[in-house]
Amino acid sequence: MSDLPGDLLYTSEHEWLRREEDGSVTIGITDHAQSALGDLVYVELPEVDQELDSGGDMAVVESVKAASDVYAPISGTVVAVNDELSDDPERINADPYGDGWIVQMQPSDAIDESELLSPDDYQALLDEEDA
Amino acid sequence: MGARTPLYEQHVAAGARLVDFGGWDMPLHYGSQKEEHHAVRQAAGIFDVSHMTIVDLTGARVRDFLRYLLANDVAKLQAPGKALYSAMLNKAGGVIDDLIVYFMDEQWFRLVVNAATREKDLAWIRQQATAFDVVVAEQTDRAMVAVQGPEARERAAICIDEEWREQALAMRPFFGMEAGDLFVARTGYTGEDGWEIVMPANRAAELWDRLLAAGIVPCGLGARDTLRLEAAMNLYGSDMDETISPLEAGMGWTIAWEPADRDFIGRAGLEAVRADVKRQRFVGLLLEDKGVLRNHQRVVVDGVGEGEITSGGFSPTIGRSIALARLPAGDYQRAQVDVRGKLLNVRIVPTPFVRNGKIKIEQEIEQ
Repeated sequence: MSDLPGDLLYTSEHEWLRREEDGSVTIGITDHAQSALGDLVYVELPEVDQELDSGGDMAVVESVKAASDVYAPISGTVVAVNDELSDDPERINADPYGDGWIVQMQPSDAIDESELLSPDDYQALLDEEDA
Repeated sequence: MGARTPLYEQHVAAGARLVDFGGWDMPLHYGSQKEEHHAVRQAAGIFDVSHMTIVDLTGARVRDFLRYLLANDVAKLQAPGKALYSAMLNKAGGVIDDLIVYFMDEQWFRLVVNAATREKDLAWIRQQATAFDVVVAEQTDRAMVAVQGPEARERAAICIDEEWREQALAMRPFFGMEAGDLFVARTGYTGEDGWEIVMPANRAAELWDRLLAAGIVPCGLGARDTLRLEAAMNLYGSDMDETISPLEAGMGWTIAWEPADRDFIGRAGLEAVRADVKRQRFVGLLLEDKGVLRNHQRVVVDGVGEGEITSGGFSPTIGRSIALARLPAGDYQRAQVDVRGKLLNVRIVPTPFVRNGKIKIEQEIEQ
């Protein structure tokens, strides 16, 4: 829990974003989120080329115990989805910041980092939740 | 903060994620719900079920009282220790609770009822008991664990005094016995062999530690729910409640209609439901598409009507989603379930889905 990747941005909904060199953004859920959900058994992904609005539904992750919505942290177009998750949703449990990525988007606008959390800010949020 | 069982410190020490369940702080899992589930199907797991309510009934007319109180008939209990699963109904035939009753001796029967229904159960039982001069005594200062799985009894036997051990190991399914200060019953809620053990609260921590040292895996409420769903065992409040008759909750087999002159509470209401050809079916569902069925999802039967999933989830043993559902009357084998606006295909399958470590719906899965 203590080792949040320092090169990512985060949201208060426990998602992470990585800004890729080509301007696209890779999105997943954090280690904290996968741990709280427990063993994942199904992931519902958006379609490639689908337009998503910030705050709208992006994916659904289902663990043995519950279904949980994953919201789009930015507006844009889906350029890729992690198809491997259909057969192996537990990749998210095993490697939430790597093989467990969920969606890659091309943002429709410049990303406003002030609306996202830095690793330090996200850590502070986790500490607050634990308290 | 909720109520704590005598095993609370043990759960914390074992790394449990605790959740509120009926006012109790109970373990949801100790790391991986799926691994706990598999441990019970393949070897042995232990659950803290101390939140459940144990009620001892005593008196000269206790058998007559239970023949009036319960939809199943305790006249079937002739051998000491024998247990019976039954619904306790209201006058309309709705289910107040489901319970297990043990025949201890001719003037003493023991009930184990659900935690979430404790107060209304005790009030109802006391109200009915006065006419029979039966004493209703809740047993407190007790802990209760369920050790479940093909290796559970063998591994748990070390916690029973040698004096009683052989007799306990020889005890047949659905019997219980006193073993010193323990009460041991060959019952459970997982579809596997095993025991439920009632113990004095002050011995609970020591016995728990010994059972874990014997290689029994601590399991939380999460695994308990997926195990009982695979075994198609009902959960009170989800699969049935006071507005539902046992006939519409897959519990028809627990109603003792004979002798016809036994007047148990709810009988008249049940007879009306039994005569109703349009009464709802209670079935098992297997999801054919990808996804997970959940409680309260809408089930659509083309050309027939709609019903609802009462318990849905992912089956770790089968690797697919399964559910129990209440559906409109009719002769059909397929339906669709509304999952977030998409209609997914389900097949009606016989239950249980899994029993004694084996998948029972192999043919349906291959189709």
